[in-house]
Amino acid sequence: MTEEIIIAGFGGQGVLSMGKILAYSGIMQNQEVSWMPSYGPEMRGGTANVTVILSDDRISSPVLKKFDTAIILNQQSMDKFVDEVKPGGTLLYDPNGITHHPERKDINIYRIPGAALAAELGNPQTFNMIIMGGFLKVKPIVLLENVKKGLEKSLPERHHKLIPLNIEAIQKGSDSVETVHTI
Amino acid sequence: MGDVRLMKGNEVIAEAAIRCGCDGYFGYPITPQSEIMETLMIRRPQEETGMVVLQAESEVAAINMVYGGASCGKKVMTSSSSPGISLKAEGITYLAGAELPALIVNIVRGGPGLGTIQPAQSDYFQAVKGGGHGDYKLIVLAPASVQEMNDFVDLSFKLAFKYLNPAMILSDGVIGQMMEKVELSDFKPRWTAEEIKKISGSWATIGKTADRERNISTSLDLDSAKQEIFNHKLQAKYRAMEENEVRFEKIACDDAEYLFVAYGSSARICQKAVEQAREKGIKVGLLRPITLFPYPTKAIQEMLKDVKGILSVEMSAGQMVEDVRLAVNGKVPVEHFGRYGGIIPTPEEVVEALEQKILGK
Amino acid sequence: MTATTEINKIISKENLVYGKTSVLLDNEMHYCPGCTHGVIHKVIAEVIDEMGIQDKTIGVSPVGCSVLAYNYIDIDWQQAAHGRAPALATATSRLMPGKYVFTYQGDGDLASIGCAEIIHACNRGENIVVFFVNNAIYGMTGGQMAPTTLEGQVTATTPYGRDCKVTGFPMKITEMIAMLPGTRFVTRQSAETPGAVRKLKKAAQKAFENTRENKGLSFIEIVGTCSSGWKLSPVKSNEWMKENMFAYYPLGTLKDE
Repeated sequence: MTEEIIIAGFGGQGVLSMGKILAYSGIMQNQEVSWMPSYGPEMRGGTANVTVILSDDRISSPVLKKFDTAIILNQQSMDKFVDEVKPGGTLLYDPNGITHHPERKDINIYRIPGAALAAELGNPQTFNMIIMGGFLKVKPIVLLENVKKGLEKSLPERHHKLIPLNIEAIQKGSDSVETVHTI
Repeated sequence: MGDVRLMKGNEVIAEAAIRCGCDGYFGYPITPQSEIMETLMIRRPQEETGMVVLQAESEVAAINMVYGGASCGKKVMTSSSSPGISLKAEGITYLAGAELPALIVNIVRGGPGLGTIQPAQSDYFQAVKGGGHGDYKLIVLAPASVQEMNDFVDLSFKLAFKYLNPAMILSDGVIGQMMEKVELSDFKPRWTAEEIKKISGSWATIGKTADRERNISTSLDLDSAKQEIFNHKLQAKYRAMEENEVRFEKIACDDAEYLFVAYGSSARICQKAVEQAREKGIKVGLLRPITLFPYPTKAIQEMLKDVKGILSVEMSAGQMVEDVRLAVNGKVPVEHFGRYGGIIPTPEEVVEALEQKILGK
Repeated sequence: MTATTEINKIISKENLVYGKTSVLLDNEMHYCPGCTHGVIHKVIAEVIDEMGIQDKTIGVSPVGCSVLAYNYIDIDWQQAAHGRAPALATATSRLMPGKYVFTYQGDGDLASIGCAEIIHACNRGENIVVFFVNNAIYGMTGGQMAPTTLEGQVTATTPYGRDCKVTGFPMKITEMIAMLPGTRFVTRQSAETPGAVRKLKKAAQKAFENTRENKGLSFIEIVGTCSSGWKLSPVKSNEWMKENMFAYYPLGTLKDE
């Protein structure tokens, strides 16, 4: 199994840390992983994206043009990556702030109201874990118990008290993902 | 399994230095490698192993601190990125001329001049052909994964002390900034004063005792005849490295009719390009030089009986391709494909370049 | 008693009142007649000998006339790139606590190309000793202008005399260094008379004692001559130095904490 994922949105949405938790979860189930962010001035422009790869085999390029899954969290990222999902691949997005919704028919498209749900949970910082929950519902590539272990590894000790809230957010995301279109 | 973590390449360099018993790091901030010194400062190895970590006033001072530390038989290192390495070039040639072991890490960014902070491989010539003045060579290792960033720190010190020659890890912002799974090395204690005396006492400036002549770290000899003899000695050392230390990896080469040659992050991209090209029915393999000096010239020559063309892929305007051409010596077509200025080529672009430049499509 | 046995008796060991320290090697010095380096080397070698620290002392030689200092003092040496001696000494001292590390630098090496390295080593208060030999000229390369060249002084690159409007002013780097909180002992000495040499030796002793007590950086400027560069006889050089150099670079201790 190899899953090549792009996560893209605004800086501050937890894009990089979501990628990191996903990668750590992969390590917890003995997979090879890579996490390649855009960095430098590109980051300061307000957008952030990270390529995360989980694989049972040695990973080739950590930098990719085409992806199995795109997790899209703003319109700029939608414009940039909608056509880079491989045919038969998956696009998951938060409709908040999206004006041009994806129309491709050769990929699976899912929607998750992450921003709205995070507001419901009363903690905007749970946003990325809600999205992660939605992703794992449609692509269950890592087990929840390994995500929990990944959170333990990637969060500093002083934040471990937040792990139950994060798990709750993942659950919430998992329950709330909507199918827009499947092939 | 040992200590497995998800870490950035740059952070791993710092961690590997502490774990391999490095005595001193001297650096100056520059993007995209500042995490190396920052990680060391956070880790406070002074308290754990006694390793000295010092932010120098300049790249020039940092490399000369390395010269001072190396003269004492210590395992010392510095790191920088391209413009900073140019500043260090003076110190590097002095290290080579004084036959001192040291590690220099270059997380390459696009140039020339201040250039960009994005990844590039445009310092190949500087690393393998000299960089500073005089006839000298560095041992140059090109990691292609975060795991190799870990492994090559200790390996660099081993080779540097084996040959009494500075070693360089030539990497770039892709490997430096990305996180991968890495199994960290076990901790090795730093050498004690007694061990240093045993290992390097014949040359290290550790205090002249009555039982020996004074040790002098110098690259100066005003007598040309002696200087020529010394140069012969250096050249013999470089030939020994070529004999014993060439490292490379072959991927999908067994039935290859065409060949990519690429190192570091470009090799990772080419690995994907191999997969994609083979899906199209093109039998292409990848030869990844791990040591850029000594260069795997013979390994390339041995491939020539089977391959019909070679594409050298680098994030530069075409530097390593010259060494590929020297190895091939006109026997098969050799072309270059590169993106530069901080642009990372995609695997798709690499396949397209193979088709256009080598297959003539 | 023959004359020879008489002389041998006179020069017998128990009658010696002064001898060359064995820390100063017998290699013939390459310095020009009248040069101050030889005397300074002797002073340093004597102090190392008397303090019993030969096996714990590491010298760092510069680029310039004293590049070959390692041929004359019998200790371990590092030969630095031009101006970089303080960087080498920084690492050496930090990596080998308990050693006595000194740099030996000329005015071009320390005050011109190595200005950044010396200022920052001083500012960090490295536990080292710096010997700064100021003869207001580049000796090794053939008598060009140094930062410390006096106004009006003729050199190979100021053949009509140094014009400060064009080339800046003679640099009092020792005064600058005394201002830095990292330095403990900053002094300006000379070596043209037995009395001056005795004072210099006292300063050198104090400097190495500071290292022993981990007190930080000691900086000793020695105003010296360059007969070849100045194109004066050794005697005339000393006169010129006293008249001109001492007026601009007054002797004495600037700081002793």
